[in-house]
Order: sequence, then C-alpha cells, then structure tokens
Amino acid sequence: MSEYLPAYQGSVTKYVFVESTRFTAGDLALKALEVAEGVMIKETCFGFQVTGTKEEVDRVIEKVRAMDPNHIFVKDRGFPPGDPRRCRANLGGARPGFHGHEFELTLIRNISKGLERVEKAEEKGEKIVLPEKAEQKKLDARRLKQLADVEGP
Amino acid sequence: MAKVFIYPTTSLILSDMVSRFGHEPLGAAIGIRERIQTPGIESPPLQVTPEEPKKGLRYAAVEVPSGVRGRMAVVGPLIDQAQAAIIVNDADLAFGCMGCSRTNELVKYLVRKRGIPVLELTYPRTEEEGVTFVSSIKNFLKSLGEEKP
Repeated sequence: MSEYLPAYQGSVTKYVFVESTRFTAGDLALKALEVAEGVMIKETCFGFQVTGTKEEVDRVIEKVRAMDPNHIFVKDRGFPPGDPRRCRANLGGARPGFHGHEFELTLIRNISKGLERVEKAEEKGEKIVLPEKAEQKKLDARRLKQLADVEGP
Repeated sequence: MAKVFIYPTTSLILSDMVSRFGHEPLGAAIGIRERIQTPGIESPPLQVTPEEPKKGLRYAAVEVPSGVRGRMAVVGPLIDQAQAAIIVNDADLAFGCMGCSRTNELVKYLVRKRGIPVLELTYPRTEEEGVTFVSSIKNFLKSLGEEKP
C-alpha cells in the first residue's frame, strides 16, 4: 500500500456544457480563458472544465453563463481534469460518465425551451399551469390473483 | 439554501437545475471529490477503501453484496444530509457502472423513508414536457427556500 497525495488538493472542478445555436464549445472556452485569471480551464468537445477554488470557479462560471444562460449548463465533477484514473488518454474508449452526459444532452434542448418559457411567463406575470398528476390506483387483490394465476405453471 | 439530493446522482440536468435556482445539489461528484481530495492510502480508482463497505453496513445488511455497500458508503451520507430530494424515475443511465439496480432501489427507498420533501419526475421527451419539468423543479425549490431561508 502506498501513500496517496491528491494532485489538486482543496480544488473544485466543474463541467460546463453548451447546447446553443449561437456559440460553440470553442467560443465558450475562449471566453472562459479571457476571464480565467489563472484558474485552470480545459476545453472539451462539449464545453470546458474549470478547476480552482470554489470562489474562482463560481466567478468564471457566472461570467461565462451570462453569454447564454438558458443554453449553458453546469455540473460538479469529482476528479480533476486529466486524472489518469479517468482520462481517456490513458484508458481508451469513452470516459466513464460520458454515456450519461450523452443521453442527457439529447434532452437538454427541452430543458432550454422550458427555461425560456418559464422566464417569459415570469416577465409577463403569468403562471404556468402544471398538468394534474393521474391518481395511482392501488392494484385490486382479485386482479393480482388473476395475474399470479396466469404467470403460474 | 437547501441541500438537495439528486437521483440519478450523476445527472447533469438535475445538478444544473438545483444550483441554477440557488440551492446546493448533492450528487455522486460531491462524494467522490471528498475521497479524491483527501490524502491517505492509495486505493484506486475511486479511493474507495476497504473501510467503505463497513460504513455501508449502516444502510445495507451484511448479506448484501459489497458493491451495494460500497456504493452506499458514497451515496448514503449524502442522503443523510439532504434536506430535500429530486428523483427522476425513468433514468436508465443510473444502471451500469454508475450503480446497480439494487443500489438504486435502496437509494430511492431511503430517500422516501427519510420524510424530506421529494419531487418525482420523468425525463422530458418533448418541449412541452420540458416546460413542465423546469416549472415543477422551480416551484419545488422555491417552496424549500420559503421553508428554510
């Protein structure tokens, strides 16, 4: 067993994703580098990763998010960028966690639309009416027995 | 600001929504970061040490596979400190390397058992559902802000 010393002790890493028709991931990373002031920025295919103290990271994200708030999304990351335990440069194939992001990014345009509509409704003082939830009926005991009989040998 | 547990714990959408509306998301990244940033004995890849499944005994019995207990050692403390939770029920991505089905069932059960406010949703597949999704989360988080300023 060997001693473990973290590479960026006390730092916070966050992912920034962009799903916009106005900006590319490169534009976003460039803006982040402009306001970085020494904070570590790593450009990725979906946006960038930012690593630093919590205050520094929040400052960079606030400035970048102002570009297009409804199309820029932020998420915490456990590992710092380039960590050999996660970086696909060392492992090959997709980074663990990539498939989850890939799936959610297919739905993110619906979230952007939702954010836009909610914002507009608030500006106009309107209220968005949420559809009523269908009541979940309890399964009837007789019906359960019927199902059990069908499934039986 | 309330601490809001999110499920799936690696969800980008939920993590963003919670922090965007002024609360603190509690996801897997927080638990993993704690371990990755703490000096100690090398235990790759996630710095989950042999001690962790023992901690997991608080949430799952000893007969339960050590994988469930190991995962619960990361997720369990987050559920304990949560003041509210948002659960997306049709999250297939929660099954696989992120978490086994039994862990997922246990996580949802523990969240519901804690008696904290819980919002249960499904992923928005259309724009209309997106509006409902965002609006539900915003209203839910707003009500938390009123209860716990």
